[in-house]
Amino acid sequence: MSGALSARFWRAAVLSPPLIWTFIFMFVPYAILFVYSFWEQAYPTFQPAFQFGNYNQILNDPQYFNVLARTLKIALFVSLGATLIAFPYAYFLVFKVKSQKYRQILYMAVVAPLWVSYLLRAYTWKTILGTTGILNSFLLSIGILSEPSSVFLYNQTAMILTLTYVFIPFMVMPIYSVLEKIPKSLKEASYDLGFGRTKTFFSVTLPLSVPGIVAGFTMTFCLTFGDFIAPFLVGGPDGLMIANVIASQFGAALNWPLGAALALVMIVIVLTIVTIADFFERFGKGKFA
Amino acid sequence: MKNFFKNANLLRPDAWLLRVESFSWGAGISAILCFLYLPIFVLVMYSFNDSRSLTWPMSGLTLKWYEKLGQNDQLLQSLYNSIYVASCATILTLIIGIPAAIALDKFDFPGKWLFRKLILLPIALPGIITGISMLILFRSIGISLSLEAVIIGHATALISIVVTQVFARLQRLPSSLADASADLGASGLQTFFLITLPNISSAVLGAGILTFTLSFDEIPVTFFLTGRDNTLPMYIWSTLRRGLTPEINAIGTLIILFSLILITTSVFLLRDKNKSKQT
Repeated sequence: MSGALSARFWRAAVLSPPLIWTFIFMFVPYAILFVYSFWEQAYPTFQPAFQFGNYNQILNDPQYFNVLARTLKIALFVSLGATLIAFPYAYFLVFKVKSQKYRQILYMAVVAPLWVSYLLRAYTWKTILGTTGILNSFLLSIGILSEPSSVFLYNQTAMILTLTYVFIPFMVMPIYSVLEKIPKSLKEASYDLGFGRTKTFFSVTLPLSVPGIVAGFTMTFCLTFGDFIAPFLVGGPDGLMIANVIASQFGAALNWPLGAALALVMIVIVLTIVTIADFFERFGKGKFA
Repeated sequence: MKNFFKNANLLRPDAWLLRVESFSWGAGISAILCFLYLPIFVLVMYSFNDSRSLTWPMSGLTLKWYEKLGQNDQLLQSLYNSIYVASCATILTLIIGIPAAIALDKFDFPGKWLFRKLILLPIALPGIITGISMLILFRSIGISLSLEAVIIGHATALISIVVTQVFARLQRLPSSLADASADLGASGLQTFFLITLPNISSAVLGAGILTFTLSFDEIPVTFFLTGRDNTLPMYIWSTLRRGLTPEINAIGTLIILFSLILITTSVFLLRDKNKSKQT
């Protein structure tokens, strides 16, 4: 076999498995999903069609708009909460911990929970917050409550708490990695120029950490936006999110076309967010690199 | 640098302010760590609780929930299923993901941008999208829902992990290595197994372990693609509908223990590699 031929053969051997796989299991399914979103329900199942009824329903039925708005709101709160916890933590690790060893241990400490099943981490909050749960019985036993309270579980606050808890590691990782890359000399230069610590923070450290914050924020936002486990475990009747609605269209409601249309709306929203974030990250990098 | 901070401290008239500051940092960081670990601690503690109800205070220590696990056939079957699914999915993601990363790193071909976008899409898209789009595909071409369908679903969702990790490593690898190998007359296959693979092995190992863990824990894709067989998370999910039991805490504790072993092993494996490289 001549060299050129062998190189071409090798190229084809490397390229074909991933190309075939992405075509069959990614391109085709997304395309079918798109086609399905124009089909119509024909009780008890559905039939091929080309009509915009599903999209109309999503736009005009306030039920869907409300779920979307609620999902966006919860995702926003979770991402904000996770940032407020993760940023100081990462800042502490990079700038306050002097020993490399402790820094690594504290970093591992925040990343390690990622390896513990997500379902179990959410489940524990259910056992803690429930009416007969650990928090309630604890507050009863020390006399703060006189009867079990149901305010802790099955509401949006419980969901925001649980999801924030679950996604903190995704926030710490990118923020840590940008803070770590800030040259110490920049902060020193800022001090030398007579900037105080507050001013140095807001004019040097914070702007330089924007790409990390944006990356973590996007990750957390998208993960929360598509979550359907936390609503099931700790969310109440007002805690349904868009993924639950999609899941029910493919389950009990058996309206796959509407489910497909909702899924496409979800894809568009997620991709829009990712694109905006990409722009911000690039903007941040371009300005300060 | 150190001198600078000393000077800064000398300039500061009130040392107590510094103490207050370091105390508040300590308190804040401890609070965050408590928030992260208290639930895990609770999960583990209550797996030893003598009573069926999960209330404060604990009523006594017992190992009976662990004994019950051993007799729970459904649970053991689901555990076996999960190991089967995660192993096959991991192997598949590596078989597809490593060539994909090489293709993105080395080759130019028409439609490369679309290929890149598609293969990395599951990182951003929620798992439920992969789940339902593959459900529709399998239904359209008449493939029945099964653990094998779940494996294909997991592989599709997780290839992106392998691609990003391996691609990042390949980018740092000098291309002169592969060029030299080719100049010396090695075929593409030889170069891959003798030069490229050994150099990216720790990235492959890390990506493999991560994929296994994520697949083992996966729910959204499994939810739509599994037939009658349950994976472990799906089994836990279905028992949660019936109510909370300390048995779940016992499974949870075992999973945590297993994850801990896995993390430590991977950290040590990677560390030994780095050390041997330095010497």
